[in-house]
Amino acid sequence: MSGFINWLSQVATVSMFAVRTIPDRKGAAVTTMVGIAGVTAVFVGMMSIATGLRETLTTKGREDVAYVTRAGADSEMTSILGREDVRLVGDTAGILIDGSGPVVSPELFVIINLPKRGTGSDVNVPFRGVERAAFEVREGLQMIEGRRFEPGRNEVVVGVGAARELDGLEVGSTIRLGRTSWDVVGVFSAEGAVAESEIWTDATVLQGAYQRGTSYQTIQAQLVSADAFQAFKDALTSNPQLEVDVVRQNEAGTGQQINVAAIAGGGIFIAGMMSLGALFGALNTMYSAVASRVREIATLRALGFGVGPVILSVLFESLVLAVAGGSFGALVAWLAFDGYTAATLNFQTFSQVAFAFSVTPPLLVAAIVMSAGIGLVGGILPAIRAARLPISAALRES
Amino acid sequence: MKYLALVLGGLRRKKLRTAFTILSIGVAFSLFGFLGAIQNALLGGVDLAGKDRIVVRHRVSIIQNLPVAYADRIARIPDVDTVAHFSWFNGMFQDQRQPIPSFPTVPETCLEVYPEIVIPPDQIETWKRTRTGAVIGRKLAERNGWKVGDRIPLRSPIWPAKDGGAWTFDIVGIYDASKRGIDTSAMYFHYDYFDENRQWGEGMIGWYVIKVADPERTAEIAAAIDLEFANSAAETKAEPEGVFMQGFIQQLGDIGTIVMAILGAVFFTILLVAGNTMAQSVRERTEEIGVLKAIGFTDGRVLAIVLSESLAIALIGGAAGLVLGWMMVAGFAPAVEAFLPGFFLKSSIFVTGGLLALGVGFVAGVLPAMQAGRLRIAEALRRGG
Repeated sequence: MSGFINWLSQVATVSMFAVRTIPDRKGAAVTTMVGIAGVTAVFVGMMSIATGLRETLTTKGREDVAYVTRAGADSEMTSILGREDVRLVGDTAGILIDGSGPVVSPELFVIINLPKRGTGSDVNVPFRGVERAAFEVREGLQMIEGRRFEPGRNEVVVGVGAARELDGLEVGSTIRLGRTSWDVVGVFSAEGAVAESEIWTDATVLQGAYQRGTSYQTIQAQLVSADAFQAFKDALTSNPQLEVDVVRQNEAGTGQQINVAAIAGGGIFIAGMMSLGALFGALNTMYSAVASRVREIATLRALGFGVGPVILSVLFESLVLAVAGGSFGALVAWLAFDGYTAATLNFQTFSQVAFAFSVTPPLLVAAIVMSAGIGLVGGILPAIRAARLPISAALRES
Repeated sequence: MKYLALVLGGLRRKKLRTAFTILSIGVAFSLFGFLGAIQNALLGGVDLAGKDRIVVRHRVSIIQNLPVAYADRIARIPDVDTVAHFSWFNGMFQDQRQPIPSFPTVPETCLEVYPEIVIPPDQIETWKRTRTGAVIGRKLAERNGWKVGDRIPLRSPIWPAKDGGAWTFDIVGIYDASKRGIDTSAMYFHYDYFDENRQWGEGMIGWYVIKVADPERTAEIAAAIDLEFANSAAETKAEPEGVFMQGFIQQLGDIGTIVMAILGAVFFTILLVAGNTMAQSVRERTEEIGVLKAIGFTDGRVLAIVLSESLAIALIGGAAGLVLGWMMVAGFAPAVEAFLPGFFLKSSIFVTGGLLALGVGFVAGVLPAMQAGRLRIAEALRRGG
């Protein structure tokens, strides 16, 4: 036992020694730290885009809402349902009934062009026609400014993300699309969900403006409970008058994550390659750290310090440098990227989706673990070299 | 050249360090190549855009359709050569997760506005004659194992056929691209067949592609087209093809900026690593440099030797990195070329990369080299001892 304590105290002494002499090797130490800081910053930056997009695109949907599309439609864009379909779905058992009837939200969806804030270039924006129940079948949707549109009028409410990314969507302003004008009367938030990138108006008005007859694209139905889903789905799919696919709202739209996976994969790949580069830098630093301490290490060994403590001290120094650099890089990335808002194209609906970069605690932890890994790998070979130094030769070295 | 031995000796002095420095520079340049390919894929469409082409779409958005009758009115505008039109069909083959990029068009005008599409003349003739005939790109043919003579059923969620079933197409030709980077994963078929068999939307098309006589005047002609349909039920937005593609890319968000930011971060890091290594190697050799000077080497010559070392490291690393990057791009290409057809390394990337490597070598080497050049002999010999 005392042997172990002695060993520990040896490790502590030698490690403190190594760390205290870091200032003598400022140049190399700073290079390593900056290199590793760069790697973690790029990693955190890329991954924050992926996490932000995923948070937005993953439907924070509800289990007790059913999402109905035409059978075989690969996205909302390509689904078509008629007024008769809406009536048949609304009459199906299992749907919650409130004061004004079944809580069913038939919706249609067109894409319009609006200028992006800052660049002024046109981007595709989702324009959704909805009815009263649309506000109820979505979780956490609320007006944060102005009021809802009035049915039958050319009024729109805009999602907070759309208002942020696009020009001219302030409450009180008017947007012109073709020969129709629409008054912006309110702004809504939806807990960061994709609906925040959209502009909403009354479904009937939108059908008229875009010659959609009485067609819709999707129907969302509030069920009496999550358990009622299976029976509801069976009733719809076995109804010969209907040709529809039915999923729970929280399972809808998973196809949107494809490009997120690509971004996350790209981020990991680029960070991985950069890590290699930083690793070579760390190896250089630690080899020269060992080289500059050759006599010191040999002296310690001559005094009776063991091989283990010497190896651990080199690893420890490398780890300290790497984690310091990594934490710095992660901190900079967090300050720079967290909450940074941007918009990109969602290939499934072919329209803009506004999102915020999101630097989460697990992401920061992953970044620092990664930097520690680079430090350990970068320290191991130089540590072994230090331990293998022939004492007498090393003492003679100038 | 007679100092080559000295430069090589300097590089061999600390073999491990030289190797690691070359490796880290190599990694940086392989990333440079990889990111260059990504950027080429994102922006390449703009390079490939025909200088003499105009794209005309519905003013409100690309998913709104335009009347096919606009073709005649556009053709009457001065300097308009050919008017072709396309529509978005969104065909699905069996597995619905993999849509086929498929477009109804008119063969004659389609091939005239897109001379990049290369089909054997006999296949063109068959295509023109066959109502249900379709031509497919080489890549699409290879991916699905389709060949001339096959009969392919496609469903379209937007355009159900009149009988409610699938559309049937006869593959009559396979096209290649005359230029690298042009997508060959699309399918083109007869608009007439499409228009007569769809359940709704007769007489409407997706967008026009127009070839003009004078590439210098595309902007002017685009404005004339928009004016022609101003205040009509379906107003148009006409843009030179390059502008149209640029607009589409901008929708991806600031991908270009992000790519450049990453590149910047990588290079800043690598420069520091390489610069520091060079500085260190000079510091360690103070004594040696003092000796060189004592035996008559001029300041300039010492500077040149140290700088050569730095340049050698950067160029070896840069070259190895670019080759590695090129291999990575080639390895990834089959997986991504379906949606990023421009994913390849342009020769200009190698030129830029080479220049960058020179720059990195110079910047990293110049300060330590100057230090070395300025060293006073007596001081150097004393410090080294």
